[in-house]
Amino acid sequence: MISWPNLVSQLFNGLALGALLALISSGLTIIYGTLGVLNLAHGAMFMIGGYAGFVAYQYTESFILAVIAGSLFVMLLGVAMERVIIRHFYHRPHEDQLLVTFGLGICFVEIIRLIFSSQSQLVPPPAIFQGITNLGFMFYPTYRLAVVGIVAIALGALFIILYRTRLGMIVRAGIEDSVMVDSLGINVYRVFMVVFGIGAMAAGFAGIVNAPVVSLTPGIGDDILVQTFVVVVIGGVGSFPGAILGGLIAGEIISVTSMFNPGYAYVMLFAAMTLVLVVRPHGLLGVQGRE
Amino acid sequence: MLKQRPFLIETLTAIGLIVAPFVLPHLGFAPNTVNRILVWGLFGLGFDILFGFTGLLSFGQSAFYGTGGFVAAYLLTRAGFGNVLGALIIGMIAAAATGYLIGLIALRRTGIYFAMITVAIAEVFFFVEFNPLSDFTGGENGLPGVPTPSFNLGFTTLHFTNGWSLYQFIALCYFIGVIIALRIVRSPVGAIFSAIRDNPLRATAVGHNIHGYKLTAFVIAAAYAGFAGGLLGVLQAFMPPDAFTFDTSGQLVMQTAIGGRGTLFGPLVGATVWLFLQDFLQSALGLGAAWKLVLGVVFVLLVCFLRGGIIGGLADLYRLLSGRRKRSDTEAEPDTDTTLHLAPAPMQAKEVAHPAYSGPILKATGLTKRYGGLVANSDIDFSVNQGELRGIIGPNGAGKSTFFKMLTCEIAPTSGQIVFEGRDITGLKVTEVCQLGLTKSYQVNQLFTGLTVRQNLTIAALAELRGKFRLDLFRKLSSVKGLTEQVEHTLALVNLTRRADTPVAELAYGEKRRLEIGLALATSPRLLLLDEPLAGMSPRERVETVKLLKSIARGRTMIIIDHDMDSLFELVERVTVLQEGKVLLDGTPEEIRTNAAVQEAYLGGVHGEIAA
Repeated sequence: MISWPNLVSQLFNGLALGALLALISSGLTIIYGTLGVLNLAHGAMFMIGGYAGFVAYQYTESFILAVIAGSLFVMLLGVAMERVIIRHFYHRPHEDQLLVTFGLGICFVEIIRLIFSSQSQLVPPPAIFQGITNLGFMFYPTYRLAVVGIVAIALGALFIILYRTRLGMIVRAGIEDSVMVDSLGINVYRVFMVVFGIGAMAAGFAGIVNAPVVSLTPGIGDDILVQTFVVVVIGGVGSFPGAILGGLIAGEIISVTSMFNPGYAYVMLFAAMTLVLVVRPHGLLGVQGRE
Repeated sequence: MLKQRPFLIETLTAIGLIVAPFVLPHLGFAPNTVNRILVWGLFGLGFDILFGFTGLLSFGQSAFYGTGGFVAAYLLTRAGFGNVLGALIIGMIAAAATGYLIGLIALRRTGIYFAMITVAIAEVFFFVEFNPLSDFTGGENGLPGVPTPSFNLGFTTLHFTNGWSLYQFIALCYFIGVIIALRIVRSPVGAIFSAIRDNPLRATAVGHNIHGYKLTAFVIAAAYAGFAGGLLGVLQAFMPPDAFTFDTSGQLVMQTAIGGRGTLFGPLVGATVWLFLQDFLQSALGLGAAWKLVLGVVFVLLVCFLRGGIIGGLADLYRLLSGRRKRSDTEAEPDTDTTLHLAPAPMQAKEVAHPAYSGPILKATGLTKRYGGLVANSDIDFSVNQGELRGIIGPNGAGKSTFFKMLTCEIAPTSGQIVFEGRDITGLKVTEVCQLGLTKSYQVNQLFTGLTVRQNLTIAALAELRGKFRLDLFRKLSSVKGLTEQVEHTLALVNLTRRADTPVAELAYGEKRRLEIGLALATSPRLLLLDEPLAGMSPRERVETVKLLKSIARGRTMIIIDHDMDSLFELVERVTVLQEGKVLLDGTPEEIRTNAAVQEAYLGGVHGEIAA
């Protein structure tokens, strides 16, 4: 039952899932690192990205337009959420921030459930990525391969934003010392809004890119959210490289364990998280500053 | 208010529970709904102790709810265990044990990390229940056939079957749960819980092992969850697997926030609102699946605008209506001249652990602290004798506060050694050092801002009277020996007796400063470090505080950092001058005052410039 092709294909699955988790977690972690708010509605953002793309696909039949529409919609939703609600919670205790984002997440899920019902929806992969690719030693669904590439490009774009732009510099500085950035005369609130938008967009983009792999249901974001937490704890809160490393580790653990028994996937993931917490409480690549 | 009458809350709860079956049916509540509300309420009692009182927001309570429920249900359905109450208690113990193990991991981190870890752990339990353990738990089918309790009293058998009959059993369980929770909240441990919620840093610094207390709160919450989980199985005659879902944890959190956190009854109120709205929206308004959206919106609005939930809102309203007059009464009282008050007898420091020791009370050698390339303190040798009053001065950035932080073991030195009363304390924790009799008052106030002055001092005094960790969960706060005396005495010393029951948030700045000193003082330290006790005070307050410091100096060694040289030199016997992380000079105030190097350090060579 465990054969080499099987293992390799699971490793590929792990890579695809890991890349996806890395992207979603990066969004979560830069929001937390910059704003100090853990967005429990992040899973819902992922889910809404999928649905927004689904709607766009219904009208346009174009996968690319669906991806763009899905990402943009979630970005706007993130910006609106920050402006209207999150903004008032920066100076309130962490618990309140958790409660309000948790509540918003539930509202989002229920709105989608109301509109689209609980039935699953399908977004087909774009024509050029349909079918199966022969990798020489095994056959693998083409779109899953493409997901790895697409997500890698998105992560690269995020990297450029974070490490090669003025905004990115402010964000990274803010993660290390937000008080200092504030006192440098930078309008942190505008930065916060943009960061929230970008972070949400990362989740939304992942949501629509992932939609052809799984079918869409309103609850799809819940599991992802939990996995994202594990990724962030493993990688270290506020660390972009940590999110990528943690994402890949988590993806491989889930996939490889699933090959033996899917029921243990979470147990192994949890074991890895515990190990990291015991050995390196701040995560593999975490900064000590934030708590 | 309510607290002054003993057993008032208990009595009201009992009356409420007895009256409920006669009133609620007329309001459209089915007995089954009421029973479910009580199970949620019981579940929430423990959660509120964890979240509302200790400030730890867990999104993973379903793990313990499910564990307790399935252990009890398994015993009753598959293992042939006949005693329902016994099974419930075993389930509760299993959940508490699980809570202990999980707590060891989850409590390694605080804040949002803690929340994330609890979510992840709960998810693991869900998957374990469904898959590896499905032989025991029935997987997605759950465990049907959970019996209801019956008690053989010899002459008759009481059997609680369903509806209002089962209500009696569940209501009794809830009532006992309330009594236990109230005892815990009113115990010394309960006081420390709220200290942890308010300011974990200071709770640690006054000498409480907060990790132990957090774990205690976590286990208590797990035990309540486990028992409630068992009751759920009994109530439904079936243990549903969705007890383990994230939704269960989420619903508990939301109900608690809706009802009001930190009130114990919040979860019950929240569950009532939740289940009532669910029924009402679904059937009466025909909203179908949209009921949860409505509840979600209600929840978000409450978190945004009514932080205390429904009970908190009602309490605010009550205070607004009745409290106005009361407050103006107290404010009308003339502000008696503080200088008039008679200085109370000085407070005794802790008894010396080993009276035979006669060397310097504190001796630091080669103390160095580096932050990367920055050297905050370098090679400081420092020694203070028993009973001495020592001042430390130095320009800003001289490393005075870093030096203090190393002495109290808040931060570990890069190298060097600290010896307190002949005992090497280098590398100990701040809690242990405080328990040994060395503590400090902070430069920036570190108070328990949500509590009253008296509660603040109580927390500090408890650390000294009870040690760093003790599980006297059912002891009344008032029965802790010596507590009242110590608190009253400290109140008198720092001249806050009249403000004893004022919340810290309402104190004036000078009063907060005095309370800051009082917190350190209430732990009865033999060596007290004061980091800029006069900072930000008006001249009159300074005079007052210097007097206070003099009065507490008797029988105690003190080291004081301050920039107010006139006051400091009046107070202390010797002064150590720090500059750029090193000891510049050491001498009597007179020597320091006239020393050229000190003037240079403070004025930065201005003399030279003027001359040039």
